Amino acid sequence: MLVEQQKMESLAGRLVEEEVKGRSPWADARRRFVRNKAAMFGLVILVFVGAFALFGPYIAAWSIDELDFMVLGQVAELGGPSIETGHYFGTDDLGRDLFARVVQGTQISLMVGLVGAAIAVIVGTLWGAIAGYVGGATDNVMMRTVDILMAIPYMFVLILLLVMFGRSIAMLFFGIGLLSWLDMSRIVRGQTLSLKNMEYIEAARATGVSGFRIILRHIVPNLLGIVAVYATLLVPLMILTESFISFLGLGVQEPLTSWGALISEGAGTMQYGTLWQLLFPLFFFVITLFGFFFVGDGLRDALDPKDR
Amino acid sequence: MLSFILKRLAVAIPTLLVLIVLSFVLMHAAPGGPFTRERAIPPEVLANLNARYGLDEPLWKQIGTYLWNIVAHFDFGPSFVYPSRTVNDVIAQGFPITLTYGAISFLVAVIVGCSLGVAAAIKQNSWLDYLAVGVSIGAQVLPNFVMAPILVLVFTLWLGWLPGGGWNDGQWEYLVMPVVALSTSFMASIARITRSSMLEVLAQNHIRTARAKGLPTRRILLRHALKPAMLPVISYLGPAFVTMITGSVVIDLFFSTGGIGLFFVNAALSRDYSVMMGITILIGGLTILFNLVVDILYAWIDPRIRY
Repeated sequence: MLVEQQKMESLAGRLVEEEVKGRSPWADARRRFVRNKAAMFGLVILVFVGAFALFGPYIAAWSIDELDFMVLGQVAELGGPSIETGHYFGTDDLGRDLFARVVQGTQISLMVGLVGAAIAVIVGTLWGAIAGYVGGATDNVMMRTVDILMAIPYMFVLILLLVMFGRSIAMLFFGIGLLSWLDMSRIVRGQTLSLKNMEYIEAARATGVSGFRIILRHIVPNLLGIVAVYATLLVPLMILTESFISFLGLGVQEPLTSWGALISEGAGTMQYGTLWQLLFPLFFFVITLFGFFFVGDGLRDALDPKDR
Repeated sequence: MLSFILKRLAVAIPTLLVLIVLSFVLMHAAPGGPFTRERAIPPEVLANLNARYGLDEPLWKQIGTYLWNIVAHFDFGPSFVYPSRTVNDVIAQGFPITLTYGAISFLVAVIVGCSLGVAAAIKQNSWLDYLAVGVSIGAQVLPNFVMAPILVLVFTLWLGWLPGGGWNDGQWEYLVMPVVALSTSFMASIARITRSSMLEVLAQNHIRTARAKGLPTRRILLRHALKPAMLPVISYLGPAFVTMITGSVVIDLFFSTGGIGLFFVNAALSRDYSVMMGITILIGGLTILFNLVVDILYAWIDPRIRY
């Protein structure tokens, strides 16, 4: 009897306890993401690199285009990384402070990555959503266009564009964005096709909401998960593209710089014993790419839990 | 099969035409002509130049001539900067080199990548598997323009084993670093794709049946697992080919191998439009051709696929 009594009491106690709060899919995803060690590590790296880009200019002792005449001509002997001279990362071949230049390279590379991905996401999402939602001949024409553009060697065309219309950062943004939304539009179209026949879309259509409004208000928000994952994986690809072009000397122009340009400069001078000129930009480049890939993979696992 | 190939060709040919017309129109839309230099050219000279290159004719006629010359004579016209050279000369000089080390890199990436992926899948969770997974994660952030300086640093500057650049008629010492730099990231991707698709295939029923009826493991792997596991790898080969040919630009520039990428970058720096367009169209044509081959290969391996 006594045991029963205890059981009843604990049951009563449990019933009085606050009800377990319902979890939304987003909260679930957040929990899975936070538990993923690699993804959290990637996030920490990205925060670090972001802080470096934001606050770096305040820490740098030299400006970007200032020549240090003390080390000029003897960069290999005097231009190494040191706290006393204020060149925390050493100097480049012309005696400019590498710390300040790496900060600027980080800013520009991150910006190209983010803006390029943003353009790709906006254009790709709208293109894919419209093609998928409208369907029929429109869909056919739009997706055939994507097929044709896909078969074009995009790096070559991008360089062609840059040479013909001037090698400015704006053109770089535009060109990279212009050519990178194709995959995005395919993914979004596929997803839209399956969303299109949901009851709530039908309900919206029945109440007379216009097609474009349905796409913006009902389709696009439901694509958010897949778009977010893909966008995170797109940023490092954009950074890679920009670095590739800048490595060739066809991207960002002096006095501006980016990771690709810095890696190229460092690689060009490494036989003179100025290894830091290669290693510092390379370090930031590599850890940032790692960070984005880890976070992207983590987001994908968190939002699309196949093996829960 | 024939109708399938014809259908693919019906898509491939317009694509190539679009590429040619698009790059031609772009060139005309660009501010400043191909002869715009820092020092202004006298108008009479400019008129003569335009007449020499046929740039004074109406646009549609220029496009027509350009298109016809490429399609009928495989002639990309003269270079805009070096009047004595034609774009064909440039291609004839650079392309064999690019093709040589590109083909070797491609084979290395496919063979090593597939073997590594299959081995990792068979011995899942062994040291080999961890090595393969580790390499494929690491190689994601080591694109060719990062690999190339690192290789030169280690093998030329520190160890002194290999020459840091040059071609020398494709002697093997000069080939090693370009091939490694170009193939590493693809090898890693192929290994990763092979591993995951092999794991998937090995978990399927027909493999269990084959095991149950007592076939030797070797035979199961070669006859029953490898073929379906290769499908995702084959569909990756198309994009890989494009990226690899793009990567050859870096290799040519960094190792001075003298391939087509070097000419492309030099043409870009001197605004030699006709050379750039010629190379872009050639690469585009190759890409389309390669994708066609991959599609046919895919349909041949997997008879369920019919477009």
